[in-house]
Amino acid sequence: MSESLLDTAARPVTAARAGGLLRRHWAWLAALAIALALPWLLFDWTRARHSGFGVAMLSQMGMMIIFALSYNMQMGHAGLLSFGHAVFFGLGGYCTAHLLNTIKAGGFWLPVELVPLVGGLGGLAFAIVFGYVATKQRATAFAMITLGIGELVTSCALMFKSFFGGESGVSTNRVVGTSLFGLNYGPSIQVYYLIIAWTVIALALMRLLTETPLGRMANACRDNFERAQFVGYDPRMVRFFQFALSGFFAGIAGGLYALTYEIVTFDTVAGGMSANALLMTYIGGVGTFAGPVVGAILIVLLQSWVSLLSNSWLVYVGVLFILMVTFAPGGIAGLVLMHQPISRRGRMGRLAVPYARLVGPSLFVVVGFVLLIELCSFLTIGASQGKTFTLAGATIHPKSAVPWAIGALLLGGGGLWLWREGRRARSAWDAVMEEIKAAAARP
Amino acid sequence: MSNRLTWSAVAFALTLGLTSGVDLARAQGTIKIAYTDPLSGPFAQVGDQNLQQFKYIIDWINGRGGAIGRKFELVAFDNKSQPSDALLALKSATDQNMPIIMQCSGSNIAAALIEAVDKHNERNPDNRIVYVNCGAVATELTNEKCSYWHFRMDAHVGMKAETMVRALPKDVTKVYLLNQDYLFGQSVQRDVKAFITKLRPDVKVVGDELIPLGKVKDFSPYTTKIKASGAQALLTGNWGPDMTLLIKAGMDSGLDVRYYTMYAHLGGGATAIGPGGNGKVRSVMPFHENIAVETGKTDTEGWTKQFRTTHNFDFYAAGFRTIFEFIQAAMNKAKSSDPAKFAQALEGLTITDMLGHQVTMRKDDHQILSEYFVGVFTKGVKYDSEGTGLGWKTEVTVPAKDLDQPNTCKMKRPA
Amino acid sequence: MEVLLVSLLNGLVYGMLLFMLASGLTLIFSMMGVLNFAHASVYMLGAYFAYEVSRHVGFWPALVVAPVLCGAIGALIEMYGLRRVHKNGHIAELLFTFGLAFIIDKGVQMAWGLLPVAYRVPPVLDRPLFTIYGTNFHAYRGFMLLISALMFCAIWLMLTRTRLGLVIQAALTHPEMVGALGHNVPRVFTTVFAGGSALAGLAGVIGGNYLVTEPSMAFTMGPIVFVVVVFGGLGSLAGCFIASLIMGFVQTFAVVFDVSLANVLALVGITVTEASPFGEVLTIPLPRIGALLPYVMLVLILLFKPRGLLGTRDT
Repeated sequence: MSESLLDTAARPVTAARAGGLLRRHWAWLAALAIALALPWLLFDWTRARHSGFGVAMLSQMGMMIIFALSYNMQMGHAGLLSFGHAVFFGLGGYCTAHLLNTIKAGGFWLPVELVPLVGGLGGLAFAIVFGYVATKQRATAFAMITLGIGELVTSCALMFKSFFGGESGVSTNRVVGTSLFGLNYGPSIQVYYLIIAWTVIALALMRLLTETPLGRMANACRDNFERAQFVGYDPRMVRFFQFALSGFFAGIAGGLYALTYEIVTFDTVAGGMSANALLMTYIGGVGTFAGPVVGAILIVLLQSWVSLLSNSWLVYVGVLFILMVTFAPGGIAGLVLMHQPISRRGRMGRLAVPYARLVGPSLFVVVGFVLLIELCSFLTIGASQGKTFTLAGATIHPKSAVPWAIGALLLGGGGLWLWREGRRARSAWDAVMEEIKAAAARP
Repeated sequence: MSNRLTWSAVAFALTLGLTSGVDLARAQGTIKIAYTDPLSGPFAQVGDQNLQQFKYIIDWINGRGGAIGRKFELVAFDNKSQPSDALLALKSATDQNMPIIMQCSGSNIAAALIEAVDKHNERNPDNRIVYVNCGAVATELTNEKCSYWHFRMDAHVGMKAETMVRALPKDVTKVYLLNQDYLFGQSVQRDVKAFITKLRPDVKVVGDELIPLGKVKDFSPYTTKIKASGAQALLTGNWGPDMTLLIKAGMDSGLDVRYYTMYAHLGGGATAIGPGGNGKVRSVMPFHENIAVETGKTDTEGWTKQFRTTHNFDFYAAGFRTIFEFIQAAMNKAKSSDPAKFAQALEGLTITDMLGHQVTMRKDDHQILSEYFVGVFTKGVKYDSEGTGLGWKTEVTVPAKDLDQPNTCKMKRPA
Repeated sequence: MEVLLVSLLNGLVYGMLLFMLASGLTLIFSMMGVLNFAHASVYMLGAYFAYEVSRHVGFWPALVVAPVLCGAIGALIEMYGLRRVHKNGHIAELLFTFGLAFIIDKGVQMAWGLLPVAYRVPPVLDRPLFTIYGTNFHAYRGFMLLISALMFCAIWLMLTRTRLGLVIQAALTHPEMVGALGHNVPRVFTTVFAGGSALAGLAGVIGGNYLVTEPSMAFTMGPIVFVVVVFGGLGSLAGCFIASLIMGFVQTFAVVFDVSLANVLALVGITVTEASPFGEVLTIPLPRIGALLPYVMLVLILLFKPRGLLGTRDT
């Protein structure tokens, strides 16, 4: 865990400390400011309206951030690999949709701002029920139980119409007229700001949770559950509470989903959504708190934006995932945090040149790889879809040998070059680390 | 601290990604139609083949002048079989002021789209969009969930079920029903039983099963039950492996029944069933390539034949041409591509389709009324399917007026 | 009576098909602790390779060529992929195979297109073998039974009679000790992984033309195979065999017995209709949920006997 987490042990809150708080968490605040401002960057000034697609994608990111962070509560903090986390996301969504319909019909009053809370409570309830069963085991057995539960719930969602609405799901309307701030939540930008508010709240709560005894014991059980038992805690109960709370936050994300899309269907509980959570968390980085946030943003970008440009986006996700698992199991955030000791001692400059030299060959490798994959894809699938492969205005014909040769050259040549530069960067890294160790060893 | 690095990287990437933007700017002057279906993932073949067939049809329509002097252009969005992605596609379409969004596969996605289009049109009266449904067949979409802005261009489950029942020959008196256990399959089950009671009271339903969607790999226990019941015909709305594995299991165990399906004519069906299905398998369909041969429509035949020479699968969705002919006619009648105007022209419109039949867009529920056919998979037809040597031959034609079923739509019209 | 007999036969064939697929995975899982998500993808590759070979040469050569190819691919995956990831832990290995499954699936789509391919049963086997109570028993199903029985015997013999097999058995229960005794454990790992993949490929050759050969076949077959492996237990081939048969019979007989919880409750005098609370759940007849029973059984066994049926090791 990073130093900043350890810093927040019991020290009285003073004005100076409050200022320190601001300075320490400036990165989060900056991210918040960017999030608030982004829709205006994408504003369509010619038609005087927000970019519907942009706001929708940003809303999706907000939801997925909460979802990925809740998944990390299990995977990163408690060491529980789950294949059925989407169950709580979806069930929270269904509860919220039913609640909104009840509010609209006049049976209940609750301001729209608090509606995701009910989604969270729904997720919590189901997480308690399923978690009681699942957390009896750990590691692979736990993973398999969650897989089984996920499959069962998905099938039930298709079969039972009264709660799940069958195939067409449960639809709802978020314009129900109950609001603490007098907003009607018709325009999607208002929903976006609500999502931001809930993301901040959920994020803060989950962060606080990591510093509670429960959070710490979850880490302990992850690292060595036998020793945790000797300390006196029952790992099973620790797992259970952590699982239930993670279901709560997943349910909040589900509630926000119901508000944004105004329809909840069975795919919100299905295996694909659970796989999404896994991908986002792992690619972003399991060992850090910020990792899943990065992962969520990246995966939503890949899924919503790259998929518009290419049908092979799944290959890119798969390859990225495999590269992460093999070479960077700490994820993107892990990669960045590896540099923490170096940056703290002000020696980042030493790595600047080796890293800069990596950019060129990496670009070649990426472009070559993408080119080859796209050529393959166009040869069999894409070409018949009537699309022509255009890059910067020039049409590329998959049947001619030239683009293949270029792609192979880029990939092969770039790969070799990357290998050499990688070795050089590696030795630079090792040198810097040696220096740091030597400096630390000196009195 | 290095969280700083993380966040700088994130912010940079995010800004770069979003501001380079989804630039789908196209040539001015074309009428853009957004089309969303699964183009990746396990159901990618659906969207992929539809796209190719659409392109061929649009080229032909544009060759005949398009509509109001402008050409059509299809803009595809992959929805990965998820409603949330379809709604993202809708947002993208409305951002670019496209007048139409089209979708063919998945009633769950269709339900999401109908509601979203309604809400969008209500909240943004200056930027409306029309939803053309080219294949989501759940009956509720033009009954309880009906909407002024939704136009369905394919027969719904009730109409297909009625066609299936009407195609049962006089000597079949015992039928077995087997369907997938979700909204669509349950609707098929319910509607087929209702029409049997109404149209063929002499027929007895000797078995009625629901199977979990996509989970059953071994259908031999079911064929055992079907055999034991003495059924002469098996009626099913199954699609995908649930259909092909069922038929294969039936053929392997020597089951002597007629198979009535709704989707055997789609891509992959003929290959999976194989020559063993000769004379046994039937499907309810709006079109097959041999109808033009049977009715002597040579220019339609030439047009579909041309498709086969340039593509490696059958032109089973040639009937989509009727959709574009409707849009063309409506826009020309309204002299505008503005959704509010041409939607008004579209409802109640009647045109003559490429097989010479009168096709109507019903005004009260925006459901298309057209002939439907039941074809049998057999040898000796002019155009075979997927190189198997067998093709579809019309067994029964059900005229449009027979399919004019009552509806419960309470449509809210805009002012 | 006739229903019972025919269902027994049906359940047997389906169970043996599951065994063919699960045997390779159980060896890999027991040996290396890796839950290989790409196993079903290799099964799919086996079917597609068999399709290509049978198109150009014939079905019988495909029976040999496709599994060999799949075994080679498995060896490559293990040597250049899993071995590197091994140091990052079991979860990392699992995730690696997860990502691999994505890539193989997409690769198959790009290479053979999105539609099912015409991989057919060879004509010599495409006929009824015998007739039982009026229903034909297809010859190919008999062939499937034969191959899976041979597979089981071959694996059993190899594990118990050959030297390599003894080493593998030891490594199944005490991998560290085997390494300490001086056996080349990485080579054993590669052999087992390649062997498991070859078995999956063989299952693909046999099953691909019986079922449908299409890009989504890995996606649909995957989950049930995991259920069988985990249910049967780690470190036990016999457990896998029994689990496959149990799953086969459960799913087959569930279709035959048309009872629901409401019927059971009626026996004690409680009447439940569709309209009663939870009515929808209680009136569901067994055939409708037959294919879901394996998952229920999986959850149950993991709760009460997490080692599985005949498992010898903890996960």
